[in-house]
Amino acid sequence: MADISANFLGIQSPNPFWLASAPPTDKKINVLRAFEAGWGGVVWKTLGSQVKNVSSRYSAVNYNGTKVMGFNNIELISDRPLELNLREIKECIKLFPDRAMIVSLMADNTREKWHELIAQVEDTGAHGLELNFGCPHGMTERGMGAVVGQDPEIARLVVEWVMEKATIPVITKLTPNVHSVVPTGKASVEAGSNGLSLINTIQSVTGIDLDTFVPNPYVAGKSVFGGYCGPAVKPIALKMLATISQDPVTAKVPVSGIGGISTWKDAVEFMLLGATTVQVCTAAMKHGFRIVEDMCEGLNNWMDEKGFRTINDFIGRSVPHLTQWEELDINYHIVANIDQTKCIHCGLCYIACEDGSHQAINLQYGRPYNTYTIKEEECVGCNLCKLICPVDDCITMVEQRKGPDYVNWKEFQQRGLPLNDH
Amino acid sequence: MPIKSNRLTAEQYEQNFSDIHPPFDSRESALVEANRCLFCYDAPCIKSCPTEINIPKFIKQISTDNVKGAAHTIFVANIMGAGCSRVCPVEKLCEGSCVYNLLEEPPIPIARLQRYATEQAMEKKWQLFSRKPATGKKVAIVGAGPAGLSCAHVLSREGVEVTIYEKEKKGGGLMTYGIAAYKVTPRFCEDEVNYIISLGGITIKYGQELGNNITLAELKAQYDAVFLGFGVGLARQLQIPGEELEGVVDAIRFIYNIRAGVYEEVPVGDKVAVIGMGMTAIDAATQAKRLGAKEVTLVYRRTQAEMPCTEAELDLAKLDGCRIIWLAAPAMIKGEAGKVTQLVCNLMQLGDPDASGRRMPVDTGEKFILEVDMVIKAAGQIPFEEMVAANQLQQMQGRIIAEKNGATNIPGVFAGGDCVNGGKEVVDAVQAGKLAAHAIFDYLHS
Repeated sequence: MADISANFLGIQSPNPFWLASAPPTDKKINVLRAFEAGWGGVVWKTLGSQVKNVSSRYSAVNYNGTKVMGFNNIELISDRPLELNLREIKECIKLFPDRAMIVSLMADNTREKWHELIAQVEDTGAHGLELNFGCPHGMTERGMGAVVGQDPEIARLVVEWVMEKATIPVITKLTPNVHSVVPTGKASVEAGSNGLSLINTIQSVTGIDLDTFVPNPYVAGKSVFGGYCGPAVKPIALKMLATISQDPVTAKVPVSGIGGISTWKDAVEFMLLGATTVQVCTAAMKHGFRIVEDMCEGLNNWMDEKGFRTINDFIGRSVPHLTQWEELDINYHIVANIDQTKCIHCGLCYIACEDGSHQAINLQYGRPYNTYTIKEEECVGCNLCKLICPVDDCITMVEQRKGPDYVNWKEFQQRGLPLNDH
Repeated sequence: MPIKSNRLTAEQYEQNFSDIHPPFDSRESALVEANRCLFCYDAPCIKSCPTEINIPKFIKQISTDNVKGAAHTIFVANIMGAGCSRVCPVEKLCEGSCVYNLLEEPPIPIARLQRYATEQAMEKKWQLFSRKPATGKKVAIVGAGPAGLSCAHVLSREGVEVTIYEKEKKGGGLMTYGIAAYKVTPRFCEDEVNYIISLGGITIKYGQELGNNITLAELKAQYDAVFLGFGVGLARQLQIPGEELEGVVDAIRFIYNIRAGVYEEVPVGDKVAVIGMGMTAIDAATQAKRLGAKEVTLVYRRTQAEMPCTEAELDLAKLDGCRIIWLAAPAMIKGEAGKVTQLVCNLMQLGDPDASGRRMPVDTGEKFILEVDMVIKAAGQIPFEEMVAANQLQQMQGRIIAEKNGATNIPGVFAGGDCVNGGKEVVDAVQAGKLAAHAIFDYLHS
């Protein structure tokens, strides 16, 4: 059995699966249920000056019958009294001392307010702090949340205030509503932040009611931009995480990965790109806390199969595989192959290639079933047909190198090698 | 106990004749299936539909909540798309060729999705077609069955005035009078006919029979073109002794009575033999059972490999508790006091293939006897040979010889459906009517 426990800046958790700062972590009753279900830690929903929320708060994007492929919220930070939150945090830590308890913070924009809040939270016995520099709605109008995270210098200043006071590890949570997460990440680390977490939600409009013309979610005839999350944002989150892992400054601190993680596989991908722990919200909101069971078991089985004893054996392992386009080997060439014994004659590869790619598939008319074959000389190895084929392993990509040696774009040009003629 | 009606309670009749393929309960359940559709390119299901409905397109339209568009996609290819969604033997047509079959997965329930879209169109009376400006041309159609209605609808859309002459009191043809009531109700058939003619430009004259109230010569004189879609009528006789006994009925008449009247009033025997193994035989056997017959036996002279009905239909008969005797050819019907008491059958074996390519049943010389009080003949229907011959139409064993576009040997006279093909599916007749309409339109403007 592999050891799936995590050590994040000295904060121990029995597994790397934390619940992100959000509605599932906003009160004792939820957090205790999460711990009972097996979650390794929680980031308590953001504390700050008490706010008032609206109704409704969420909307979603469905895709081909799958509900909540993407999820959007316009909820603010905790709307419960601060004292109540602090008391409940303390009680949860006492009942589950082996779990990580991080508290998300968003103080009003003064050094004193931050210091005051940090002192109150540290009194609960919490193991770490997460600075919410990412909330994209509601708080930004008050000069907080993403407004801080979008300006590296403001972020640097606030982190400095925090580090003056904090005695427990500080994690800065980054907003994705920027051209790059690296500048703010770097400023935060330079200002002393002990770790980073990303991504917060992405500003979005999930859809519009075609009868009322009001975008979702609907609040008395109006709507606002919300924060987008869920499986749809995972690829964006992974890319942003990778840039943090590639930068020499931000790569020095541990990262907690967030963004559409629903399964152990998603989690492993975040960890392969440098995350030490991962945070989950949408999947738990959709399915409940029980999903952590398979996350733990799946991670364990995968690690056993790969021979990894601890999560440190694979964290960051995929980062070196990301390079610059200019470094890619132009001589590497693959062509599609259709396994006729598996083909169900749906024609999806054909029409995709014909209309969307390189007209590299033959159609031999049949009644009712056509036969599809690859024109190898036309195939550029783009993967489109394979991605679209509904049958596993029916279309495979077969390596047919253009030359034995590695040639990148610069060398290709230097050697004056020929470009396509059609 | 002899043949009698009123065997069951009202509730039992209601249950026995309720819809056999219930529609989707809700939009969500339809969408689960619509979203499974792979949206195949040059899809096998389209090629397997005689009317070539663009099935992936209409299913996609259901999934985008464009149900009106879906209904239009169906009706533009097949104006009886609503009825076909209930009566088509889809397991050997569209659904039978769905690529999911090749994955050993259940095919997309195309018929049910088609019903989902077309039923809404009918219920909400969506007018999905408009007529082009009047051309001043007039066409007569004989028979308000699937072929005639399909032909009429296309012609009317093109601005032609259409008059349909129908010998029955209602339109729909065999859809209305010849199919099991648990597939389509008489009420549904009436609604469907009304929906089709709501386009305008189509007048149906009921109680008008060719050769009786009207003649082809008159129609030719009064109209610019004529389409014949009068189907097939007469049940094939067994030509065995005892066929005249009381209790021997033909399946078409039996089904007609069920559909034209009320279930309670249709008499059925205790022990019923149904002769034949086509769709009509199944419809007769299952409905005899559902009317309260104690024992129903299907008698077929060949084997399951040669049967004309589909596996699904056979299963239906078996599930209804019908017994099936293969390789049994009726030889004689015996009776007492003029009423059926026994069916004597020859035991057959399969010999060499005949003209249809199927192995020919050969008499083994052995016989067996079934104790029955009713015999339903469903050994096929024969064309209106006399009428066809009387009108100088070129024919083969009573079937009108027509080109693929419906043209007959008489200029301006077109034909399609069962009166040409000898008796196929509703969907085949719809296609024939549609193709003929295009040919008629070209003829009118040549």
